Amino acid sequence: MQAFTQHTGIVAPLDRANVDTDAIIPKQYLKSVKRSGFGPNAFDDWRYLDPGEPGMDHSKRRKNPDFILNQAPYDRATILLARQNFGCGSSREHAVWALTDFGFRAVIAPSYADIFFNNSFKTGLLPIVLPEETIDELFQAVASQSGYTLTIDLARQQIIRPDDASAIPFEVDSFRKQCLLDGSDDIDLTLKHADEIRTYEAQRRQSAPWLFLDR
Amino acid sequence: MAGKSLYDKIWDTHVVRRQEDGTVLLYIDRHLVHEVTSPQAFEGLRLAGRKPWRTGAMLAVPDHNVPTTNRLRGIDDLVSREQVETLDRNCQEFGIQEFMMNDKRQGIVHVIGPEEGFTLPGTTIVCGDSHTSTHGAFGALAFGIGTSEVEHVMATQTLLQKPAKTMQIRVEGALGKGITAKDVVLAIIGHIGTAGGTGYALEFAGSAIESLSIEGRMTVCNMAIEGGARAGMIAVDEKTIDYFRGRPFAPQGELFEQAATYWRTLKSDPDAVFDRVITLDATQIQPQVSWGTSPEMVVPVTDKVPNPAKETDPVKAEGMRKALTYMGLTADTPIDQIAIDKVFIGSCTNARIEDLRAAAAVIGGRKVAANVTMAMVVPGSGLVREQAETEGLDKIFLAAGFEWREPGCSMCLAMNADRLEPGERCASTSNRNFEGRQGQGGRTHLVSPAMAAAAAIAGHFVDVRHF
Repeated sequence: MQAFTQHTGIVAPLDRANVDTDAIIPKQYLKSVKRSGFGPNAFDDWRYLDPGEPGMDHSKRRKNPDFILNQAPYDRATILLARQNFGCGSSREHAVWALTDFGFRAVIAPSYADIFFNNSFKTGLLPIVLPEETIDELFQAVASQSGYTLTIDLARQQIIRPDDASAIPFEVDSFRKQCLLDGSDDIDLTLKHADEIRTYEAQRRQSAPWLFLDR
Repeated sequence: MAGKSLYDKIWDTHVVRRQEDGTVLLYIDRHLVHEVTSPQAFEGLRLAGRKPWRTGAMLAVPDHNVPTTNRLRGIDDLVSREQVETLDRNCQEFGIQEFMMNDKRQGIVHVIGPEEGFTLPGTTIVCGDSHTSTHGAFGALAFGIGTSEVEHVMATQTLLQKPAKTMQIRVEGALGKGITAKDVVLAIIGHIGTAGGTGYALEFAGSAIESLSIEGRMTVCNMAIEGGARAGMIAVDEKTIDYFRGRPFAPQGELFEQAATYWRTLKSDPDAVFDRVITLDATQIQPQVSWGTSPEMVVPVTDKVPNPAKETDPVKAEGMRKALTYMGLTADTPIDQIAIDKVFIGSCTNARIEDLRAAAAVIGGRKVAANVTMAMVVPGSGLVREQAETEGLDKIFLAAGFEWREPGCSMCLAMNADRLEPGERCASTSNRNFEGRQGQGGRTHLVSPAMAAAAAIAGHFVDVRHF
């Protein structure tokens, strides 16, 4: 997993609530058996005016000029500012892959759907939760200054604003934070405890043998 | 000390180890695998030179991409075919049991798990699919995971988890005639909102939930995720236990009775404490129809399309306006005046035998309305399809002008050829009405199977209680 320590980037405002993972990456692109290449199809239905299918040359499709990520400088944005319940719906991790492949390193929103939130940490995308009022302030700041930039410092759990305004603190689960800072592989961490997993299994084979009728 | 909730009981029996920060290594008993969210996980195993920890805990099935017509000629869409064949290859390479596309037991992953007795009470069950919550209907802790976690479970048989908060949703009283599990869960989501369950594991309880059939309980738990909760669950009772008798993967004989003794303990203690408790009056629940692009945008069929001008929260009002524009609806239109183009009866929410019976019962010798260009029934599994045919349900559907398809996810998410065209309006028994969910530009209204069948015949939404 790509580590996340500190990041500075342009903030793109996506001003709608309940952005679902079907919107972030439509189903036809889930047919891919790869983990990469989803960036051109992030928000496909909103981003393009013509219908898209896997295998097309997406650079030749008609872009929707009204969609924020088609407008400079937001086409180079690396931080996504969003509203509540971001990433709701399907468990598709492809949604996170599409965002990171587009170039996003972090999302800032008042709340997230649980599975998306979890998937983000596993893929090196930092989902930051801030209070509604702070989110409103950030939307206003972005609207008043094109190319508004923030710096996210994960170790210090702070968002630094460009205009000398006070830094915005944020909460993050300590274990997830450390995994992101280290870019660690969860599976490696877990397999250090393989003996404990085997011990647990042996006990369960005794106490609940019907769970081990492997056929 | 307070008693334990059902969630606590299952959680506690699956803790392998606890870290200082409260993160738990949770043992996973059952891992269901389908073609869409697994290829990158298998590839990850290969790249790291790892093997699955316990293949006997896994069962795989292709369901999202499979065609629902002419199955024997294979999959026309080359990209879909590649994904299904990749699953076949991966299962063969790693020695994982798979019900392949033309196996009679093939079907939607959340239908076949219980049908085979692979799902069992008291287990932890995961799948790279958000509707894994379905299996909670059997007193299991079941939730959807992303592909990284699919790989983690494959490699370690565990997940790193923190305990969820618990919410009990009590639905008390008798459901009115013609009110189904789908109406109950849509009413719940309308009440708590699409993010109301975020961070929680839901337990559905109360006399109305107890009175539901097993199929109905699965419908309710299936849509826990549409209320924001990864897991939804219901206590075990004798209906649950009887359901598993004789299922192929379930224990048999003495071992079954030993298991059943334990399963009977899988209910929240009377003094269990929940972080939140909500009570709904079952007698007030009407047949539900969603009008917008989020499952919380739902009203009784007797109601009208809501008006954003009456919404005080500006973010919500803007969401409503966007939804009305997308759905091509005008505020204050009576729901029963909304005409439809297509009907989809299927999905992991409503494609079990009871759902098909309920839909067929509404038809009563009538025909699909002239303005409905396609009405399709997609059974949840090959075995459901076979059972329906034994009962003659296929003939009822076909005589009315429905198409009788082969099992799969189909137009719930339109990864195969079954989809809405831009602007088409669909009465659907599925679980999500998101923009583009059933096809780009398609407009989805979520309803129960009976309401979908009635809408097919009327050509617009109708109150099934007076149909």
